Amino acid sequence: MSVGVLEAMSLVVRREMRLAFRRPDQLLQPLVFFLIVTTLFPLSLSPELSLLRDMAPGVLWVAALLSSLLSLETLFKGDAEDGTLEQLTLSAQPLVAIVIAKTIAHWLLSGAALVLMSPLVATALAIPVGAFPTMLASLALGTLTLSWLGAIGAGLTVGLRRGSVLLSLIVLPLAMPLLIFGASATDRAIGGEGSAGALYFLAALCVFTCTLAPFAAAAALRITLE
Amino acid sequence: MNGAAKMPEPAALLTAEKIHVWRGERHVLRGVSLKVESGRLLHLFGPNGTGKTTLLRVIAGLLRPEQGRVCWDGRPIGEAREQYQSAMAYASHEAALKADLTALENLRYAVGMKRRASETELRAALEETGVGGCADLPARVLSAGQKRRVAMARVLAMRASLWLLDEPYANLDTSGGALVSRLLEEHLDRGGLALVIAHHALELGRSIDRLELSP
Repeated sequence: MSVGVLEAMSLVVRREMRLAFRRPDQLLQPLVFFLIVTTLFPLSLSPELSLLRDMAPGVLWVAALLSSLLSLETLFKGDAEDGTLEQLTLSAQPLVAIVIAKTIAHWLLSGAALVLMSPLVATALAIPVGAFPTMLASLALGTLTLSWLGAIGAGLTVGLRRGSVLLSLIVLPLAMPLLIFGASATDRAIGGEGSAGALYFLAALCVFTCTLAPFAAAAALRITLE
Repeated sequence: MNGAAKMPEPAALLTAEKIHVWRGERHVLRGVSLKVESGRLLHLFGPNGTGKTTLLRVIAGLLRPEQGRVCWDGRPIGEAREQYQSAMAYASHEAALKADLTALENLRYAVGMKRRASETELRAALEETGVGGCADLPARVLSAGQKRRVAMARVLAMRASLWLLDEPYANLDTSGGALVSRLLEEHLDRGGLALVIAHHALELGRSIDRLELSP
């Protein structure tokens, strides 16, 4: 009996999860990086709460961006190196669907984990509890968008030996709006102001990238496989 | 006999017409044409660097030729992509296994993308290729020969009518080589088609077609 697209996507997500939990070092590396970078700031700066609170959105978002980048390179590289990407490509399932499944799995393993960890970091940065919902929502949207953008970069650089630098050069400029509006949303929430505008913008970016990025990443992978 | 004996839709014909592929300045494939019918095996051979793997990748649909076309049942494979890929099992010269997954998991995730296969069927395929005892071992601890056998089990479990095999005898001992030949014969007996790259003469109990690629 043939397999439907959703069933195949679910299989890919489960495969990625299993692989990630078999290699916990790769899973934990971006999270530990996020934790270390964000906790270094309170240690290195004056412990004055107002100063920490002012810097918190920027620190939080830069750390989230950089730690997400750490795991992006591995999105397709492992599969390309061991030949399983060819098997996936010839699996009678649309490559776009496979890219979507792999990107969602990547976000669940890196972005979502980072979002769950962020209240701990936010406490160290003196972010008030009242700002947590906005911070969590903005980080969730931002990291998901970053995963979609990263899928394009990872698809383009998968065949390159030192692709990580190029991947950063491709993804970081595209991620600037995320940084600006994500930090702005968190900052406004800390100040007790409305942050709906920035969140809507992040949500629009997320929808835009998740609509186009899978096609771009799939096209990049096809070129790489040739 | 395991469950791999049945095939969903035995297909009739694979053709490639005047395939041209350039790699930079090098004209690797110069108008190669071929035809494989049900129950027939085409043995591709020739010196290193003559484009055997390239031709197999073109036929698999992984590489688009600059000129020429590949047809499955009379339709270009680009137009009948899903139908073609469902009917095809491709084994490259790499085993294409995830090192951190067990042999059984590797089969489950690869075969599961094409068809619903029970664990019993997958274990039977591994037994058939002589690596049933390795089913629950991570692929990273398997020898090159065992990995090749797991890759053959994947081909078997896909129940595809067209087998595209790149060096299926590589890294196999005598019994492994005999196993591949037996699996190929059984596949052809069932009306399957096969395209096989091998550097040595294939000894099957039937006549086979041969295509030599020269520099």
